[in-house]
Amino acid sequence: MKYLDEYRSRAPVERLVRAIERVATRPAVIMEICGGQTHSIVRHGLDTMLPELVELVHGPGCPVCVTPLEMIDRAHAIAARPGVIFCSFGDMLRVPGSDGDLLRAKARGADVRVVYSPLDALKLAEQNPHREVVFFAIGFETTAPANAMSAVLARKRNLRNFSLLVSHVLVPPAMEAILGAADNRVRGFLGPGHVCAVMGLEEYRPIAARHGVPIVVTGFEPVDLLEGILRVVTALEEGRSGVDNQYGRSVRDDGNRAARDVIDSVFEVCDRTWRGVGKIAASGYRLRDELRELDAEARFDVGRIAPVEPAECISGFVLRGVKKPHDCPAFGKRCTPETPLGATMVSSEGACAAYHAYAKEPRGKRLPLAGRDAVAP
Amino acid sequence: MCLAVPGLLTEVFVDGDVRMGKVSFGGVSRAVCLECLQDAVPGDYVLVHVGFALSRIDEEEAMRVFELLKELEPEELTA
Amino acid sequence: MSDAARARDTVSFDASCPIPASRYDAIVLGHGSGGRLSRELLETVFLPALGQGPELAQEDQAVVPLPTSGRLAITTDSFVVSPLVFPGGDIGSLSIHGTVNDLAVGGARPLYITASFILEEGLSTALLRRLVESMRRACDAVPVRLVAGDTKVVDRGKADGVFITTTGVGVVPDGVHLSATLARPGDRVVVSGPLGDHGIAILASRQGIELETALESDSAALHGLARAVLDASTEVRCMRDPTRGGLSSALNEIAAASRVGISLRESDIPLRPEVRGACELLGLDPLYVACEGRLVAIVGADDAGRVLAAMQGHPLGRDAAVIGRVTAERPGIVSLKSVSGGERVVALLSGEQLPRIC
Repeated sequence: MKYLDEYRSRAPVERLVRAIERVATRPAVIMEICGGQTHSIVRHGLDTMLPELVELVHGPGCPVCVTPLEMIDRAHAIAARPGVIFCSFGDMLRVPGSDGDLLRAKARGADVRVVYSPLDALKLAEQNPHREVVFFAIGFETTAPANAMSAVLARKRNLRNFSLLVSHVLVPPAMEAILGAADNRVRGFLGPGHVCAVMGLEEYRPIAARHGVPIVVTGFEPVDLLEGILRVVTALEEGRSGVDNQYGRSVRDDGNRAARDVIDSVFEVCDRTWRGVGKIAASGYRLRDELRELDAEARFDVGRIAPVEPAECISGFVLRGVKKPHDCPAFGKRCTPETPLGATMVSSEGACAAYHAYAKEPRGKRLPLAGRDAVAP
Repeated sequence: MCLAVPGLLTEVFVDGDVRMGKVSFGGVSRAVCLECLQDAVPGDYVLVHVGFALSRIDEEEAMRVFELLKELEPEELTA
Repeated sequence: MSDAARARDTVSFDASCPIPASRYDAIVLGHGSGGRLSRELLETVFLPALGQGPELAQEDQAVVPLPTSGRLAITTDSFVVSPLVFPGGDIGSLSIHGTVNDLAVGGARPLYITASFILEEGLSTALLRRLVESMRRACDAVPVRLVAGDTKVVDRGKADGVFITTTGVGVVPDGVHLSATLARPGDRVVVSGPLGDHGIAILASRQGIELETALESDSAALHGLARAVLDASTEVRCMRDPTRGGLSSALNEIAAASRVGISLRESDIPLRPEVRGACELLGLDPLYVACEGRLVAIVGADDAGRVLAAMQGHPLGRDAAVIGRVTAERPGIVSLKSVSGGERVVALLSGEQLPRIC
């Protein structure tokens, strides 16, 4: 497949690894922001090829991991309503709420459907005029244009039976929160390539400047990730900070204007709670007031949601790269991929799930992470 | 987030009020919304996320890293 | 011929129309009650579709001769696929192929099959007839005899159209001993063709996914291919047909049972471009996607070439490939060297693989 295969090819990958080995003279703690980047690193085993000096810390860029418990519980409550068709991306189906996941809700009789695109949910609403179709609109900025478009079209087509349960999160405030924490160890970032394809590079410049860190906006294939790492390591060695674009074939400096216009016509920035991290100001999207009728939170009164987060779960620390899964007393015992306590064990990008598969086989300091390309959440 | 895959845009059409395209990914095709990429034309490679085209792949930029790698190690790779 | 006999023959010679009329075009609860309607279903749908006479339904059991040598192989399987008809097959042919394959990978020659049907009230009788005819064709092609069956009907909504449960009986010749416990370090992993065709063909047609593709299920009976493999080598340790959970499940089973490691090379694993494209788009790993007509064999290293050639010489194994080897290191773990050169674990699937956006 064009623009995939050549970026996975052994020869350029090995050249980049050797280049990183030549450049790195001291420990570098680098965070890849995006869950998809983590997934690719694990899938292609890139972490097993890097020199020991380079430590990759997996970031919070996984909407599965960070969707607040309260929102998951709300999703379950809405899905359980008779007559509701609850549509979701596959990722969310296995995320544990206070009482099981969406698959358990389905087993109890909820009509839960996996969709690939928000437009599929819209189609379901058109085909089922007597049912309420609710779409779980999660994601980072990458997914926002698509989710927003479903709202625009629902309005345009006057669909009365379609609504969105919105839980969008934004990357820059998350990076600020990570960098601002006293126990932060991260010194450089692989920036989120597909988020930037939409949003552009501008909002990352002040972050890089304020904290004196290099942020290299990076793609998702092995060549991209290794080139991104090479650029970050080089910048760290040279004491440079700032924003750099490795993913030029997909990311323009000012992103996708038309996509941002759609987002702005539907969403506005709001505070959001991040699971395991807490409330981060101005870190999410919600539907604008004039689109209130499309808001599933307003449309379905599910009463007070009192989420019960397992006390033992340290997902938040793991998400920020401050603790490792092995630091958790429940890891591998009460918390496993089959019985997850927190989202980092459910998601295949979650560090806990990744480490679990190899719990018995660590290879030196660098754990070859699980290749569970299986279920996302 | 952000599983987005490059595919070849083979057709452009309108579905009601929406500009759509048919994008091929190694032999399977899917309808993709082009509302955010109005100037994409058949023959372009586009980046697709959840059924939406977000960006057009720039061929020149795509080759850049391979040019760079040639500079990094101009000697032939030995086994 | 006496007049009486002639009269008997005339009476027993039935309809000239090959498709006897059924009073119902959809299944009703009465069809499962064991009374007249059940009889009618049998005589107007099942027996004609199977090309069998009323003897099939005369007794409560099938009585068959015992093989004079070898050991009996017995397997059971349930089929609940949706949609009932898909590109490349249907639940009927799938049920026969799947059962035959479970026998074949054990080295057994398939002999008999039984099929038990749970029908949903409202199922179209024309569709049912079509599915049963498909089973008959699949049986004839092996050949394997369908010797017993049963039908029950459940309320609308309690079954996805039809569920089929089968039992397969075969005989394993003396001298053939295959087992998941027999893999040894150094053995090679040989697969008969591209992975994931069935799973992706089914997924592509699902509402909410809707991929346009010419891809068809790989559903096929593997007894001939399995025979060819066993004829080519006495160093075959074990065979599997990777279905649910894909190649990963089959290999993880073997690694655990034999207490060995299995190491695969991603670049050697055959995949159709359509399966690759669909997996990339939906975020799926082809190693976990179901096949229904593929064989994986663990073979002693010296015979791997011979087995590969035997597979490639068979119509169902043209794209066969050696994809990995059994190791002593990391027992119980299946790992993979990626095309990029890195390594990862192919862990056992924890539940169903779902498309992801992340």
